[in-house]
Amino acid sequence: MIVLAKLVLCLGIESTAHTFGVSIASDEGRILEDAKEVYKPAPGAGIHPRDAAQHHCAAAPDLVAKVFEKAKIRPRQIDAVAFSMGPGLGPALRVGATIARALAVYLKKPLVGVNHAIGHIEIASLTTGARDPLVVLVSGGHSALAAFAQNRWRIFGETEDITVGNLFDMFAREIGYASPGGQIVEQLARKGRRYVELPYTVKGNDVAYSGLLTAAVRKVKEGERVEDVCFSLQEVAFAMLTEATERCLALIEKPELLLTGGVAANVKLQTMMRLIAQEHDATFKVVDRKFSADCGAQIAWTGILAYKSGGTVKVEESVVRPRWRLDNVFIPWREG
Amino acid sequence: MLIKKGAEANIHLGEWNGRKVIEKKRITKEYRLKEIDTALRSYRTAHEAQIIHEAKKAGVPTPIIYQVDRSASTIIMERVEGERLKELLPRLSAKARRKLCRLVGQNIARMHQRDIIHGDLTTSNMILLENGEVCLIDFGLSYFSDELEDRGVDLHLIKRALNSAHYRVAESCFAEIKGGYVSLTGRRQAEEVFKKVNEIEKRGRYSERM
Repeated sequence: MIVLAKLVLCLGIESTAHTFGVSIASDEGRILEDAKEVYKPAPGAGIHPRDAAQHHCAAAPDLVAKVFEKAKIRPRQIDAVAFSMGPGLGPALRVGATIARALAVYLKKPLVGVNHAIGHIEIASLTTGARDPLVVLVSGGHSALAAFAQNRWRIFGETEDITVGNLFDMFAREIGYASPGGQIVEQLARKGRRYVELPYTVKGNDVAYSGLLTAAVRKVKEGERVEDVCFSLQEVAFAMLTEATERCLALIEKPELLLTGGVAANVKLQTMMRLIAQEHDATFKVVDRKFSADCGAQIAWTGILAYKSGGTVKVEESVVRPRWRLDNVFIPWREG
Repeated sequence: MLIKKGAEANIHLGEWNGRKVIEKKRITKEYRLKEIDTALRSYRTAHEAQIIHEAKKAGVPTPIIYQVDRSASTIIMERVEGERLKELLPRLSAKARRKLCRLVGQNIARMHQRDIIHGDLTTSNMILLENGEVCLIDFGLSYFSDELEDRGVDLHLIKRALNSAHYRVAESCFAEIKGGYVSLTGRRQAEEVFKKVNEIEKRGRYSERM
């Protein structure tokens, strides 16, 4: 217990979209506990922001209590309360923010507003030991290529319309499955045998997926086997992303390639990214599967980093930022 | 001799009929499906050679094409001597930088006026020649289009390349590129494209506009 007392502990609350997550991290880089409840929309439907918010409200009290209990930490022992301040769905974000504010005020602890995307990058850096990577952030909310320079993550490439996560979610919905659709598409794709031609759109280091979505949906309606379309959709979507990433890697010559975000769990994408990393003498790293999808741990750990470099926010100024870009975040805790 | 492994091609230094040349060879990418790979390499090889030629006709300095081998996905072209803007830009005085960026803007305008979209405008794809002109290379993602949207994306790409790789001087550089662009297309046409650039940015993920 004496050792524990010296540690800085941060409670992290994630509530940007489907997931309500709670976690406690320590400044020695340990995730003491990480628990979540995931809102599931009806098959064929997307997230309804209000329903997601209600789900989070209902899930929050027990989940917060459970995390303290399982981590064997008393609420007063924590040093800061971090929450996902954005980007994400307003109603969902406000649930996490409200709970975090209440806890911070009640426990008299400082509040830390964390950018969710930075959370994906930091939890991946923590679990892989990556130091100066080109980051490929792929999730429902992001498809971006970023590298760090002078206190900011700089975006080198990104999607010009929907994200790769959106692409799979929306396609899955169109063919009658519930979001998130990434795993469904991945499973169906394994049974695909034949390549169905689909449009391939790379613009410099950018990609655009909306044309691909429309075409894939049309192919299914025209009677192509769903498994074949899933297979082709995945091949084209990932090849575009991999090409953009390789172009970026050739441009900035980073020593590491770090894959993170929910879609990082896709084995096919990992295989493709590993190939180009090898090609350009970069070490390939991928976020621990436990933390690839949205989780409290990404907020708790980034909360530690921000808190230790003075990045707290006053309760009255802790307004959520649904469209907060990751390259707008000033980052004092990284060198480069 | 291999001098650069790019994202879609390997660049070799070689000789061709006594000339120093660049051999741009689009190699098979193991990560993508064979069907996608073959179609992309073949299409881009033929297309790149054609567009480089068209850009030259539009008055934009580009490498001379000596030979195109579509089945081997290889282009043999002039070896352009000079420094890439990527390395050069940070070292220049503000005045020299402005002058150079203006030239870049004019080159982009010349292409757009001939319905050429470069598709991969970065400072790595621009070389300062001895005569003071800026040569554009790597037309691998180029295409023909007269749509405002595509011109907008072209300018958006160079703007983002500046913001990420040259963030200290990005703003003044892009302003000067716009200046060069306006000087050839005229204010009215240019403003329409610039408006599109803003629109594309706003459409992107999470742009906060107060």
